[in-house]
Amino acid sequence: MHTVPLKLVTIVAEPVLEEQLTALLHRLGARGHTVTDSRGAGSRGMRASDPPGGGVRIEVVVGPDVADRILAHVAEHYFPTYAVIAFVSIVEVVRGEKYV
Amino acid sequence: MASILTQNLLSPIALAFALGVFAKLVRSELQLPKDVYTGISIYLLLALGLHGGAELAHASLASIAWPALVTVLLGLITPVTSYLVLRRIGRFGVQDAAGIAAHYGSVSAVTFIAAQQFTQAMGASPEAFMPTLLTLLESPGIHLALAIGAVNAGASGRPLGETLHEVLTGRTMILLVGGLVVGFAMGDKNWQGIAAFFDTQGAAFKGALVIFLLEMGIVAGSRLADLAKAGPFLLAFGTVMPVLHGALGAALGSLAGLGVGGATVLAAMAASASYIAAPPAVRLTLPEANPTYYLTSALAITFPFNILAGIPLYFEIATLMQGA
Repeated sequence: MHTVPLKLVTIVAEPVLEEQLTALLHRLGARGHTVTDSRGAGSRGMRASDPPGGGVRIEVVVGPDVADRILAHVAEHYFPTYAVIAFVSIVEVVRGEKYV
Repeated sequence: MASILTQNLLSPIALAFALGVFAKLVRSELQLPKDVYTGISIYLLLALGLHGGAELAHASLASIAWPALVTVLLGLITPVTSYLVLRRIGRFGVQDAAGIAAHYGSVSAVTFIAAQQFTQAMGASPEAFMPTLLTLLESPGIHLALAIGAVNAGASGRPLGETLHEVLTGRTMILLVGGLVVGFAMGDKNWQGIAAFFDTQGAAFKGALVIFLLEMGIVAGSRLADLAKAGPFLLAFGTVMPVLHGALGAALGSLAGLGVGGATVLAAMAASASYIAAPPAVRLTLPEANPTYYLTSALAITFPFNILAGIPLYFEIATLMQGA
């Protein structure tokens, strides 16, 4: 099957940020996104969620430019004060035009 | 005093809470599924609203005016006193002090419910309009403290208007205010049809409350390890500040004409720290405030203190003040 290489951006964040981050993704050019509840621990410990604990894993498939913009924005605005990690992987998708 | 304290410690609420803490201390895997926790908290808040609304239908506007006024006053005083004590004596930074103050300026609905149950058990029924007062105290303290923090820190994570919208449309406010309106509107006959399930003095409500307190114990227990990080000042703050705010609440409540039961519940409201509405609001508006400080003091220090010892103490204070 014909596949196209694209970028999968994954952001794992405290749940309180879900709304802001998903809005941000779409503002920067994403066409869709997936959110999953998650559990885990990191350098920052506490989460301000109800009930406390847990996180959200936000995934989005985008072109390389949008992926860069997302990472740059998250790094500038969220890394300093929030429990957030973000990373990019290369994925092979079918229907490549659906994502960019 | 000692006998009241013992009586409170042996209440199902206090014992269930203690069991939850114990479960966490022995590292049990016990925890309530998140959806069950959310479901029970929705039930408790809705019942509180519905029952309060049904009873509000019998209250006169004149009887509630003064208590409502002192409640709003408490909502404006407690965040400021908390902020000043944290800044001046505790030497906390602006964002940390404002973040903690937002929690102490707002109210814990479960502490309110526990105080209601306690005063009922003591035979001093609080006034029927107390849940209405609860809705008045939920919001102002958070916003005042966040505004103090945002103004003094120069920058803020997001506009206060968004926070206002979030708190006013949050689960607590929709269920409480909405429940009050629905309970008020439906009339006595309709209330009787659902009272067996939603009566806050009924078996269903009290049973659900016990399960909820078990989970609160587990949550508080999981924060105990952070007590060391919070430090001795916050430990003192989390127990002394509630007593001061509680005494103020009992005094203002008595002045406004509340009976011993009502004044005790108002005292518990003033003494309590929010842990549902305040944390996300603070996290987004004052991102540099350390969540370990405000979550630990609200959940692991002040909440247990009020549930186990504070409420009987406020009852004693209110009784003394009213010479009853």
